[in-house]
Parts: sequence; C-alpha cells; structure tokens
Amino acid sequence: MSLMQAFCEWLENTVVGQYISGSTWAFPTIESIHVFALVIVVGTIAIVDLRLVSVASRNRSVSELSNDVLPLTWASFGLAALTGFLMFSSKATQYLDNWPFRLKILLLAAAGLNMLIIHLLTYRSVHEWDNRSSPPAAAKVAGLLSLLFWVGVIAFGRWIGFTVH
Amino acid sequence: MMLQQVGLFSDWLSQTPVSTTLQTVAWIIPAVQTVHILAIAIVMSSVVMVDLRLMGLVGRTQSITGVAQRFIPWLWWALAVLLATGLILITAEPRRDLLNPVFQAKMALLMIAIGVTAAFQIQVRRNMSAWDMAPERRAGAWVTAVASLLVWTAIVGCGRWIAYVEHG
Repeated sequence: MSLMQAFCEWLENTVVGQYISGSTWAFPTIESIHVFALVIVVGTIAIVDLRLVSVASRNRSVSELSNDVLPLTWASFGLAALTGFLMFSSKATQYLDNWPFRLKILLLAAAGLNMLIIHLLTYRSVHEWDNRSSPPAAAKVAGLLSLLFWVGVIAFGRWIGFTVH
Repeated sequence: MMLQQVGLFSDWLSQTPVSTTLQTVAWIIPAVQTVHILAIAIVMSSVVMVDLRLMGLVGRTQSITGVAQRFIPWLWWALAVLLATGLILITAEPRRDLLNPVFQAKMALLMIAIGVTAAFQIQVRRNMSAWDMAPERRAGAWVTAVASLLVWTAIVGCGRWIAYVEHG
C-alpha cells in the first residue's frame, strides 16, 4: 500500500491536482461531466442487461442491440474514467483511505470481470440464442449481476460525496 | 414578495417532522440520491437512444417509431421516480433548493424538456410512419434531437450545481 500512498501524494501535488483542489469551479464542472457520462454508461449497460434478463427489447437480437449500444457505453466510460481520475487527483490520499471509494472500485472491477466472462464464455454461443426472447440461464445471471454491480457503483459513488470533504 | 413567501414556506417545511427525520437519519439522503441518479440514468439513456436514432447515428435497422415506443415509456416512469425522490430531497432541505437560482433554472428547463418530449411523442403517435418515411423531415429531426439533448444535459448539469451555489 505504501507505493500506492506515495503515488497518491505525488498525484495530489501535481499541477493538475493542485489546480482542481484550489479552484472553485473546476471540481463541480468535472463532477457534472462525470455524472453526465456515468448515467449514459449505466443506462446503456442496463439496456443490454434488461435484454439478457428478458425484461425489455425482447423482440431484438441480443448481438444487434449490443452493437447499437456498446460503442456509446465505451465512449461514455472513457469520459467517466477521465473525469473520475481528475477528481481523484484533487484529494488522492483522502480517496485512497475512503471505504466507499474502495468499495466502488471493487464493484467496478467486479462489473468488468462479469463483462469479460459474458464476452469470453456466455457470448460464444450467442448465435444459438440471439433471437430468443429468453436467453439461457448463464446470460440471465450475468445480466442480473451486472445490474446489481452498477447499482452498487452508483450508491458507493454517491456515498463518497458524504464522506470526503 | 414571492421569494419571501417561498422562504416562509421553506422554513415551515423544514420544521415538519418529515423534514427533521430526513435531516437526522444520515443514510436516507444518500440512498434517495442514489435512486435519483439511477432514474436519471434511465431518462438520459432513453433520451440519447431516441435522439441519436432521430439523427440517424444509432440503431438505423430500427424504425424511429419503434425506438420511440421502446424507450419513451421508460422515460416517463423514471421521470415519476425523479419527481418523487426530488420531492423528498426538497423536503429535507427546502431553502437549499427552492431559493436556489440553479434549482429554479433546472425546473424551467425541465418544463421545456417535458414539453419537447411530449410533443414528439404525440407526433409519433398521430402519424406513426411520418418520421421514418419523409426525408424532408430530416432537418426537423436533427433540430428536435439536438435541442432535446442540450436541454436534458443542462438539467443534469444544473442538478449537480445546486450543491455548489449560494442560496437565499
């Protein structure tokens, strides 16, 4: 952890970190962009997840829906990650010690791992169930897990704001 | 005069048992804000899907009416959740919202956004295929989509700035 600690100390003393923590407008502006980006990330992922659990878009092929939505998801994720990193840089050592922040990162990793598993395992047989309104159990479980992880990411993300000042 | 009455109302509201409970039980506000953000995710993603389809950038294998019918009902339901959770947040800290110029701007923009969305939905319903068939509609579709994206994005921005602006 001490290497991480050293990195955070360095980061918050960089020009960028200092500027964001010292400015009155920078943090709220970056945070607004972060909120805009993350709601698109979570909303578009939910569109795919709700298809996987067979709640919505049941008449659309899973692969076509994913191809429609996921480029938007990735672009927004890039923006959310960048703005998230900038906010982190303003008080890096405080965030590092903050338990909602740690849980948020853990849930982000879980969501990423879940996505990787869907992609590498479940999705390989997609041609067999692409047009079925009810996908196989493995896909449903993955969709449900994804929804839960992202709800958690948002909840802990919001909690950070009440615990870091 | 009007502002003074809003101030008096805010002070009364913040003394009610519901408000004092919201102020003292620490987990309620973060939890309500989390639900509020989840509902924003549904609204904004629905708006983006419909508007990008209108602009011909996403989902072109689907008809505009099909995309509208898929997403607009979700938008209205999520908006109802936003209204409910928003009322709870106002009740907890009435002055912070009701006397805040950014909150007032947010509500004005919201009225515009609801108007634009409802007008679009009525048009789609009235003439199911008109948006899909007519190429002369393309300019109108772009204007509608860009206006809708800008207004909804401004609403989200205002929502975050309420926390950072001095209020009466």
